[in-house]
Parts: sequence; C-alpha cells; structure tokens
Amino acid sequence: MSEPRNDLTAMTTKAPEDPGPGELMSALPHSREIGMRLHKSADGDTLMSVPYDEKLIGDPVSGVVHGGVITALLDTACGSAVMSIRQKLVSVATLDLRIDYMRPATVGETIYAQAECYRMTRSIAFTRAVAYHDTPSDPIASAAGAFIIERPKDQETTA
Amino acid sequence: MSRIDAQAKLEAERDAALAALTAVVPYNRFLGVRFDRLGDELTARLPFAEPLIGNPILPALHGGATGAFLEITALMQLAWDRAWVIMEEGGEAAAKVLSGKFPPMPKTIDITIDYLRSGRPRETFARAELRKSGRRVVNLHVSAWQDARDRPIAMLRGNFLVPDGG
Repeated sequence: MSEPRNDLTAMTTKAPEDPGPGELMSALPHSREIGMRLHKSADGDTLMSVPYDEKLIGDPVSGVVHGGVITALLDTACGSAVMSIRQKLVSVATLDLRIDYMRPATVGETIYAQAECYRMTRSIAFTRAVAYHDTPSDPIASAAGAFIIERPKDQETTA
Repeated sequence: MSRIDAQAKLEAERDAALAALTAVVPYNRFLGVRFDRLGDELTARLPFAEPLIGNPILPALHGGATGAFLEITALMQLAWDRAWVIMEEGGEAAAKVLSGKFPPMPKTIDITIDYLRSGRPRETFARAELRKSGRRVVNLHVSAWQDARDRPIAMLRGNFLVPDGG
C-alpha cells in the first residue's frame, strides 16, 4: 500500500514534462461544464487544467478569468489528489480550502493546477496545490485544503 | 414628477444598474447567479442547475461551484457598494454608472472557505458582511445557506484589494 509523502518541504517547483491534452472530466458535471481536463492523478499527485474560455471571464474589461474558476479547479485538483492515494476511501469531502491569489491569470492561456496530498490521518487528508500557466514557480494562486475522508467500515481501525 | 414617482424611477434605475453589473461578468451568467436587493443590501441567489453538481451519486453541489458562488457574492458586494456610493453622489459619475460603465472590479487577495454541510440540489443563497474597510484592503465574510439561514452550507472569509480605496 502506498503512503502519501509526509515531507513538509515545499512542493516541487519543476514544470511537468509536456502535460499533453489531458481528458475532459466528464463524470463530474460541474468540472465538465467548466472544461476541466485531467492530465494525471496517481499516488497523491494530480495535474489538471482549464483551457481559457470567454464564458469564464470575471473582469469584462481585461478579459481575465474569474477567481471562482481557479477556486473550482484547485478544489477539484486537491480532491482528486486525495482520491488518487492507493487506499480504499468511501468518500472525500472538502472541509476547508484556503487560496492565495498571487497574480491575475493571463488572458487566453490554459491554467494548470498541480496538487498533492502530503499527509493523511484516519479521517483527514491534507493537501496543497498551485495554479500556473507555464511553471509552478510562477504561480497564479496557491491553495491549502483539508478533506474529510470516510474509509470502508472494515478498514477504520487498521488504517 | 411627484416625489413618489421620482422614488419609483430611482428604484428602477438602481435595479437596472444591479442587473447590468451582474450581467457584465460572464462567469456570473455561466453559473446563473442573480441578486435580490433590499435598499443597498444584496442577497445572492444560485438557482439549482444540473451543471452545478459535483457528486452525481449523492447528489451534491460541487465544492468549487459553492466556493465560486461565495467569491462572486463577495466581489459583487464590493463592486455594488462602490457603485451605490457613486450613484448616491449623483452628477456625471452617477450617470456613468447608470449607463452601465462601472468602476474597476475589486481583486481577491486571499480567501478561506469552510465547507460546513453538503450542498443539496436546490437553490442556494448568500450574503456578504463587511468586517473591515481599509484604504486599500477590505475584509469580508460571506455565508451561504439553502433552507435555513442559521444552517449555513459554507462560509468564506477573504481579503480583497479595492482599486483607489474602498
């Protein structure tokens, strides 16, 4: 059984290798509606993206995407990172999410979100994520999220 | 025009300005967010729609949609407060706002969202409360509820940068 990484050092700031086009997240209606794409989600690491779309604009003058889109993306990426841990989970629900906005997103560019689940207890999963265009070291926003997890009844004591 | 007629005209202008401010942001339209106004107080409304679902099995609202709704409520409250002050002052600046030309939108610095209850597939409401209004930064708390206001489904605390002072 793979464990989430427990190191508390800053998450990798290396840009991922070519993320490719990813897959439209068709199973989650709201994610699908926004146009979220899943590039990778395994062992507590998730990479997702939202291509630029005029319907997502928050500032009509500049054309910059609404912060709410980034909130939705980071929430989904953190939740997916928890789900991708190789442990059986019945459900995952966001408990809280903190987002710092470092700079506006660039008009016309795809926003990526890299998330990791770095610690898991019996009932809580701790995550962090960063939203960016080209590299996580030039972030648009960063997030820290706690998720409440429900394990299968028979695993509650052993996990 | 009688004073009663003049007041009715003013209220209609205020409603039109609020509708224009809501519609000018494409993402508000995308989520389907609307605003009810009582005087200067706003209540945000998010009518239920299938695309807001995150978990189709429960079913529950997407945490991201709820979070976005809270953030929209915060930003709209700030934008509306500024527009309101300008409209009350009257003159050329008020005419600009009434014709749909609004001051720059506030910018989010940071937000913390607490998810308290699962969002059910029904209409959600939210109201923002100004906690501190500084020269450049304002602090807001927003609460979202569905059936009962004392049973919020999510709350947001946030700091926002207001262009040219609050």
